[in-house]
Amino acid sequence: MLRLAPLLIVTLLVAPILAGLTMALLPAFGYLPALGGERLSLAPWRELLAQPGLARSVAVSLASGLITTAVSLGVVLLFLAGASGSRLDRWIRRLVAPLLSLPHAAAAFGLAFLIAPSGLLARLVSPGLTGWERPPDLLLVNDPWGLSLMAGLVVKEIPFLLLMSLAALPQLDPDRRIAMARSLGYRPLTAWFKVVAPALYPLIRLPVYAVIAYATAVVDVALILGPTLPPTLAVSILTWFHDPDLSRRFMASAGAVLQLGVTAAALVAWWCLERGATRLGRHWLARGGRGQGEQPLRLAGRALILLATLSAFVGLVGLALGSVAGFWRFPEALPQSVTAAHWLRALPTLAGPVATTALIAIGATLCALVLTLAALENEQRSGRHPAQGRLLSALTLLYLPLIVPQIAFLFGLVVVMESLGIRPRPWLVMFGHLLFVLPYVFLSLSEAYRRLDPRWSQLASSLGASRHAVFWRVRLPLLLAPLLTAGAVGLAVSIGQYLPTQLLGAGRIATVTTEAVSLAAGGNRRVIGVWALVQACLPLAGFALAVGLPRLIWSRRRGMQGAP
Amino acid sequence: MPIRPLAAALALSFFAAATALAGDWQAVLDDARGQTVHWHAWAGDTRVNDYLDWVKGRVRDEYGIELVHVKIDDTGSAVSRVLAERSAGNHDDGSVDLIWINGENFAAMRENDLLFGPFAERLPHFALTHPEHNPEVVTDFTLPTEGFESPWGKAQITFYYDADTLEEEPPRSMAQLLAWAEANPGRFTYPRIPDFLGSTFLKQALIALVDDSDALYAPVDQSDFAAVSAPLWEYLDALHPHLWRRGRQFPASGPEMRRLMGDGELELAFTFNPAEPAAAVADLELPESTRSYVLDGGTLGNVHFVAIPFNSPHQAAAMVVADFLLTPEAQARKQDLAVWGDPTVLDVARLDDADRARFEQASDHPALLPPQALAETLPEPHPSWMTALQEAWQARYVGGP
Repeated sequence: MLRLAPLLIVTLLVAPILAGLTMALLPAFGYLPALGGERLSLAPWRELLAQPGLARSVAVSLASGLITTAVSLGVVLLFLAGASGSRLDRWIRRLVAPLLSLPHAAAAFGLAFLIAPSGLLARLVSPGLTGWERPPDLLLVNDPWGLSLMAGLVVKEIPFLLLMSLAALPQLDPDRRIAMARSLGYRPLTAWFKVVAPALYPLIRLPVYAVIAYATAVVDVALILGPTLPPTLAVSILTWFHDPDLSRRFMASAGAVLQLGVTAAALVAWWCLERGATRLGRHWLARGGRGQGEQPLRLAGRALILLATLSAFVGLVGLALGSVAGFWRFPEALPQSVTAAHWLRALPTLAGPVATTALIAIGATLCALVLTLAALENEQRSGRHPAQGRLLSALTLLYLPLIVPQIAFLFGLVVVMESLGIRPRPWLVMFGHLLFVLPYVFLSLSEAYRRLDPRWSQLASSLGASRHAVFWRVRLPLLLAPLLTAGAVGLAVSIGQYLPTQLLGAGRIATVTTEAVSLAAGGNRRVIGVWALVQACLPLAGFALAVGLPRLIWSRRRGMQGAP
Repeated sequence: MPIRPLAAALALSFFAAATALAGDWQAVLDDARGQTVHWHAWAGDTRVNDYLDWVKGRVRDEYGIELVHVKIDDTGSAVSRVLAERSAGNHDDGSVDLIWINGENFAAMRENDLLFGPFAERLPHFALTHPEHNPEVVTDFTLPTEGFESPWGKAQITFYYDADTLEEEPPRSMAQLLAWAEANPGRFTYPRIPDFLGSTFLKQALIALVDDSDALYAPVDQSDFAAVSAPLWEYLDALHPHLWRRGRQFPASGPEMRRLMGDGELELAFTFNPAEPAAAVADLELPESTRSYVLDGGTLGNVHFVAIPFNSPHQAAAMVVADFLLTPEAQARKQDLAVWGDPTVLDVARLDDADRARFEQASDHPALLPPQALAETLPEPHPSWMTALQEAWQARYVGGP
């Protein structure tokens, strides 16, 4: 049974994606009999290339993938390098963790309200400092260069990369590495970059690739913060797919294939950057510089991560204020009146979507946990450890859903499901979520599982425990904290899904996220505030459990409480 | 006291076919009982959603129909879903039972044979719209509906502004609008094409700027598009530098424009629902001093409909819901400012006294226009103009520096 787990996982994830991509590829070359496309042709591509602003869409998508990743990774590494275990650093880490659970859309709404010319920041300093009685006519949100889009993504990707790094770090025993380097006279920050970072990067490479893929193809954040004339490629594709002129679907399919190419190009470009950095890094390592001028870098690391974190939180405060605001004229920093009307109006309609969201998220996460544990346990028993950080083992196919842009295969997948006679049901949406939940759960659990000191199991076996007993009574309890964290990550991922819920559920399955995004079309910031807050609070509950439970259960065993 | 369909049919007994119709309709009602209707409807406005919630309760009590509001942010997504189902060979068990639709979406579905019908004439309450006197309820962007959709509500472009901050008189024509924008840079904009409200603004401007608007009411390929639309591009080229964000960015939709009004970024905006400004004041989105008006010479208006996909497994129940939406009770509630404020498609003057009384509401809200102000309605051009204008706009203004 266990031996089948990796195969099952790979089939479960790869088959739908391949099927979906095929059904995107065929129309891209003119084949879709239902619409009269009987013959292969290049017409969809010619139409696509004639779209105004296509080059710019592609450029912004590509740039947002690379720049978002570079900035997020840079900030995270800088912070980790400079972190000294001081109270401030611990406080920052604790502040960042809940941000991981914040759905992208909610974070984007918050940021948009924060930095808009009529937003919270402008209100706080107006008219006192600026003299603005009316909002200034400045192009800040939805700027044509995609800077606000990248800022919104960075705010969300920093927590992701930081948590992935924190999960991987203990295996590297960074303290001893640093101590060694320090004894050779390296300054702390330099020491970290020279002896810890090169070992850390391979462990977080897949999450980094996932960030690149996500940032090149994101839809919801780009809708809220991205450029508009033209929008990013992924948003354009969505518009073409939904165009009432049905013949546009051929071009949309060609766009989906192009998106696949753009994401691939971003990944290849990053891979080349990696090569370059490795080569340069070698010289830098070998040169033996002990480092100087560290203090500014150390401060920069903390300041940047604080800036990103605080903007997310203040944005949320803005949403909260908006959700209880009466009429709120610029430049008042606070609403003229406060009302519970928006909440009271939403409350009766909240229960259904909240229950559906929880059901789907818990179902998908449990499935993902079971499959992940089965695959990892199989690895342990068969004694085959996939090479660390290598891209080419069978299980790395697991990350396909994170690397292939959602928009590229989901539409095709709907056609496939329909032709198989599978009707929209909650379990189908749950399955769709599983595609994205499983990789993240695997990603967050696998390293902890593989790096668990094998001597625990050996000791138990030598005491006569069966392999099942070792699994249930030694490995699982030891891994409780990472297990729960992985579960919380899974819940958060599921709760944030928009496109799979909407498409596979035929729109009949209403989750908190689909409700929030459909209300976003109405632009009413007060209602959006209510739903975004609910959307943000749900995954938070999962993380609170993940942090709280181990402390409660292991309250008398300090060593078991695990890394935060 | 809710109107029984049978009673309504009797009221129509002066129509020769009425008794036959009633029998036929009774069969539909029997089929409909116990069915579930998935209604794909734009859900960007909580007032609309609340009204649909009320309809849900009423059809459950009255006809034993379970109505599910499938909330979508773009009607095109429902159209493409029906299409995806047909491409997969699903001809009788579709997931969409009813769509809120009009204009180019309707044209696309008709062209691809994706609709069930004709059914509108079979609905007992359809007669209350008196199509013989009100051709707009059977015409959708110049296309005859031929019974493939049933009218539901009306829309007309209505401008609004904050009387407290706007010192001079608001512009009353397209020419005045340009002059006003030059004098008030950055305080007006329109939704980004292809948003339907933005596209409607283009059509409104085109109608005002062309010498002879007849060409607009025939398919676009029958006229020289470049020549007919030239005055519009000239106008927009002059207007854009004075718009919000200097025309380098546009709001995504009408509701976003309303939010920008509430935030004070804009001083003048427009909507397709004449009651929206008053409703937004009630929802604390706009200031009490909001006022609305229409341009001299009238503004574009149209009717929105509901249609039934060809592969809906619950066509009987969908028809019953479409019929319920046309009852004076449902129409009056929809028009009620406190509920939604969407104008009725019924010919109120020809209703009997009791039903007419339902529509007599206090319409003295200062942000609300009196009904007679909306008398001058310009009809929608042929849907092919919308597509042509959208493409030309995008080719001209997307991807610039």
